[in-house]
Amino acid sequence: MDGNLNALTTVFTEFYYWVTVVFMFLIHVGFCMYEVGASRRRNHMHTLMKNVMVIPLVTVTFFFFGWWIYWAFPMFPFFGGLDHEMGSGNLPWAQSMGPNAADRITGVFWAAFLLFSWTAASIVSGAVIERIRSSALWVHAVLIGSVWWIIDAAWGWHYDGWMVKFLGYHDAYASGVIHAIAGGYALGVIAVLGPRIGKFAKDGTPRDIPPHNPWMLTIGIFLIYTGFWGFYAACNVPVISPEGIGGQITGTTWTATNIYLAPTSLSGITFNFLMSLSGGLMAAYLVSKGDAFWTFSGGLAGVITASAGNDLYHPVQAMLIAAVGVVIVYRLHFWVERRFKLDDAVGAVAVHGYAGFVGLIIAGFVLWGAPSSPYEGYATVNPLGQFIGAMIMFFGLGFLPAFAVSKIQAAMGVLRIPEEVELEGLDYAEHHAYEEAKEAIIEADKAHLAAKLTPAE
Amino acid sequence: MSSIGYESWAVDLADVGPIYPFQGSEMLMVALGVIFWLGWHRIQFVRESEHLKRAKQRALDHEKVQQSVERY
Repeated sequence: MDGNLNALTTVFTEFYYWVTVVFMFLIHVGFCMYEVGASRRRNHMHTLMKNVMVIPLVTVTFFFFGWWIYWAFPMFPFFGGLDHEMGSGNLPWAQSMGPNAADRITGVFWAAFLLFSWTAASIVSGAVIERIRSSALWVHAVLIGSVWWIIDAAWGWHYDGWMVKFLGYHDAYASGVIHAIAGGYALGVIAVLGPRIGKFAKDGTPRDIPPHNPWMLTIGIFLIYTGFWGFYAACNVPVISPEGIGGQITGTTWTATNIYLAPTSLSGITFNFLMSLSGGLMAAYLVSKGDAFWTFSGGLAGVITASAGNDLYHPVQAMLIAAVGVVIVYRLHFWVERRFKLDDAVGAVAVHGYAGFVGLIIAGFVLWGAPSSPYEGYATVNPLGQFIGAMIMFFGLGFLPAFAVSKIQAAMGVLRIPEEVELEGLDYAEHHAYEEAKEAIIEADKAHLAAKLTPAE
Repeated sequence: MSSIGYESWAVDLADVGPIYPFQGSEMLMVALGVIFWLGWHRIQFVRESEHLKRAKQRALDHEKVQQSVERY
């Protein structure tokens, strides 16, 4: 850290990312509350444990190989080999991957990406509640959290990624690189996993399976909104000079940038986060005729739809794009449910997958011709590039790997819990000790009472 | 002798790099970490399979299942 300005910039950047990571933890808290609230009483602990253990499993694998993938894969395998120069500093045995007085950024930057990884895995976790085996979900969590999403980030969410360079792919706040891929992945799993018992009547009509605790869902989704705000900040580089970027920007004005190192500001994205949240809530309220949970989810879907271009949209554009996205997402969810008999227990495929997909395509039209990068020779943003990008995210890296792995798990008989256990409830099956212990301690207390105390006359 | 390579902080921080113990054995530490991770999956998978097998047998008691279903 040569000089006071560099030292200040480095320490500020370190603290900035650290704060975003703490905020983003609320996303996972929110997902856990939402899932537990949506599940039936007999499956609470299993549902909670399934999502909690996503945290350590994705964390350690993101340390072991996920982070290296981000730095080594921007051109691999279609337009070049592995980037060993950038990758080597981010291998799990590199000296920058630990306490190091010469490096104050790698740990917090790694953690910011890691929290995105948790989110990707947690999105999948919600769609499959009450019937997937935990072991099967945790394999998927590692794959989506530490392999597939981070490959898409290397390709389309990296200043040197081939999708940015050749397609003009623009996805500033991760409509595609987190939400479309995770929604597509969830769709791939539930297509093989099948619906919960009773979800569809004999004539194929879908039944609502009401959440056991609406308030947990409400607080859960509000926590997700809060964490998502931190996520927006985490997607930025907080302060950098044109010299530091080394691209085409002239002059000496320092700026915040998006992940592509193109200029943006916290102020601009704050406008757009709130306006797209509002557009989503308003449209969802109308289209769902005031259904509380679709309205709340619509706020999230609105932000996700606008996220691809929320570094550049006008706030009113962000609001309207969010509203349009939510109407499409809502209609598509029920059409897919009826047509394909798919049980997406928390609407994750719709809120994340469809919203992310639609948001990428809308950004291609609204931002048509805008520079995707501050560097020379990059394609500009365009509808075709965004459409190809959306297909890669949702289907190529999301749906297909999930479908293939789920098929293998189903063939081995390790994907779904037995029907008898699904009816009886996972908590009784896995936590029967609780009931036995409770019974035993009540009996012991009663015996103590009888032996020591005389009842009042 | 210090496990982190420094016995005092009377140093110019510009010259200081990693400060964790046993520098140079990072690959071994990662290998141990990977074994712990994969071993965890294996143990959990085996235990869950046994749990589900036992639970499936117990769930043949229709009255118990009925109570669980009604509990919602």
